[in-house]
Amino acid sequence: MNLECKHVWEHISGYLDKQLDAELLAAIEKHLESCEVCSAILDSTRNILVLTADDRTYELPVGYSDRLHARLKEVMRRS
Amino acid sequence: MLWKRKGIDFTNYCYLRWAQDSYRAGYKYASKACFGCPSSPKSKIKVGMNTAATRSERDLIARVLAGETELFHELIRPYERLVYVTIFAILKNETEAEDAAQEVMISAFRNLKSFRGEAKFSTWLVTIAMNEARKRLRKAKVAAEDSLDEPGVEEEGDFTPAVLTDWREIPLAALERKELRAKLQEAVALLPEKYREVFVLRDIEELNQEETAAALGINVTLVKVRLHRARMMLQKMLAPYLNSQLPLPVQGKPARGGFFRRWFQ
Repeated sequence: MNLECKHVWEHISGYLDKQLDAELLAAIEKHLESCEVCSAILDSTRNILVLTADDRTYELPVGYSDRLHARLKEVMRRS
Repeated sequence: MLWKRKGIDFTNYCYLRWAQDSYRAGYKYASKACFGCPSSPKSKIKVGMNTAATRSERDLIARVLAGETELFHELIRPYERLVYVTIFAILKNETEAEDAAQEVMISAFRNLKSFRGEAKFSTWLVTIAMNEARKRLRKAKVAAEDSLDEPGVEEEGDFTPAVLTDWREIPLAALERKELRAKLQEAVALLPEKYREVFVLRDIEELNQEETAAALGINVTLVKVRLHRARMMLQKMLAPYLNSQLPLPVQGKPARGGFFRRWFQ
């Protein structure tokens, strides 16, 4: 199965989530071996997700937990 | 696998992952081994010993309902981050997100008896968090941008990703770049609401497809389609920032556990 770039792009998400069936996966990997453009797009997407999952991207405000529990305590006291 | 080709030695990351697991205290990783890592069983045990999640959540809930209300603090501690980040990624306003997160936890406390245990407690909390975020978003009328969304557009996979070639060589260095993280937050906030919601739950909170579908009240196929669209939109939005300002200094410390959470399991 020979794929065009456009078709590979449609499956980038599925590829990253390891949800592609064996035949499609093999075809995509074959394409990636010889296509710098698709490899770069795949890698950049993967890197965005790596960055997304990094805890420093979304940090908690300082004192968040203390304020949360203080407020909960107050609510519990009144109820 | 690409990471193998890059020759990344990730044996050092086990501890980091474990540390994060403990930090999250049973949120999702407490029972998960550190896949592909030689010291996997060890980290599993460590997590098990450290986490409050080993005390049955169900038991905690029952006791809170039976009157030991102060145990609610312990019950929600593993999910504080989950709730805040979910809301923040949607609202992109720290003060509002914090206030909303408090409201969510208060609401969870007041409505705990309606939690039937059919869903996971975390999914239940996320559902409340998502509703609170939506409510506030609507109030702020930020949702106006979504009206520009063409109906049915999500069924088509037709798009052109941004092409770049050099950034992929330095993911670790990129993680050190504060401004890139800020750009990412902005880009996520710019996604149309329905795509952003799925992206937040799947790629920030790392809920699985079924949990995401349950929390949003949509089916798994739609989760997949929207997630793909969201990721591709982000790729396009962020590409200009990814290959600029190179080269960067090599960072002194490795990425935290999150780096390997999904892609290197």
